[in-house]
Amino acid sequence: MSARKLLALGLLLAVVLAGAVSPFVSSSPDGLGKVAEQEGFLDKRETGALQRRAPAGGYVFPGVEPPGPAKALAGVSGALLVGVVGLGYARLRRRRAP
Amino acid sequence: MPGVCRRPRSGGRRVILAVHIPDGFLSGGVAAVAWLAALAAILIALKVADGELDEERVPLVGVLAAFVFAAQMINFPVAGGTSGHLLGAALAVVMLGPWLACIVMAVVVGGQALIFADGGIAAMGANVLNVGVLGAGVCGGLLHALVGIRQASRAVYLGVVGACAWLAVMVAAAATSLELAASGTVGLQTVLIAMLATHMAIGIGEAVITVAAVRLVLAARPDLLAYRPRDAVGAVPVGATGAMG
Repeated sequence: MSARKLLALGLLLAVVLAGAVSPFVSSSPDGLGKVAEQEGFLDKRETGALQRRAPAGGYVFPGVEPPGPAKALAGVSGALLVGVVGLGYARLRRRRAP
Repeated sequence: MPGVCRRPRSGGRRVILAVHIPDGFLSGGVAAVAWLAALAAILIALKVADGELDEERVPLVGVLAAFVFAAQMINFPVAGGTSGHLLGAALAVVMLGPWLACIVMAVVVGGQALIFADGGIAAMGANVLNVGVLGAGVCGGLLHALVGIRQASRAVYLGVVGACAWLAVMVAAAATSLELAASGTVGLQTVLIAMLATHMAIGIGEAVITVAAVRLVLAARPDLLAYRPRDAVGAVPVGATGAMG
């Protein structure tokens, strides 16, 4: 398999996970959430002004009503966005062949 | 956008947290110390990683960031009404080495906090530390010692990869507990026992998925791995790509 193919496969898998699988995953609280619930410190959670204005807070894509597609769109755009940031950093700092 | 309520629910309704610590759980002092530690680690990583960014690794950094982000959205159910999700640090270390892995994890955690309000801003240092830096340190150390020095066989290598993945989750859980306890949010013993108990199972999920992903890459393109077993086809000696500088 060429490196290009493997990378494409990885990216495809990321898009499928974020876009097609994420709306259907377990909605049970995760490790920290569960412990916070049990030990009664869940209510200490604060959302600062910056995060209240987060463009897609809680993985809800802005302007999309149905929760499934909103999460799917948020997931795909998030995966692509951090991918682009990672790629941009690596390209900027890459070591050119001598 | 006014009128559209995107605020995470709290109070009566159950709040679903991701693994990351939200703001409000940590004291200012603990959050500041964690920020400094994370920042120091990332600055070192940025410096070391400059020597490791060969042309063919460049796209891998982007794909891994996207993949880790996506994987962290997939909560699978574990025992006792809890769910867990892949952290991805171990996979990033096996593919990129610990330094680039730190950077990838910081990009993911930063994106989650700033765009999706997942994990706090003040707590971002702690989250980068717990989910990224500590896991990268543990996995990088173990892989370097066991795979690098001993030139491990395929079976031992995959075993070590699995163990790293499990350990990275446990270390993240332990560090989170320590930070919460040091902040006076909850007693150390209480939170440590609860966090380690739930994350034991989550860690097994992490190990299974990490080993599966590494096996796939090992079969297809072992040369893309920063750490490889002895018998990988066409492999350059481990470390030759400069995973540990």
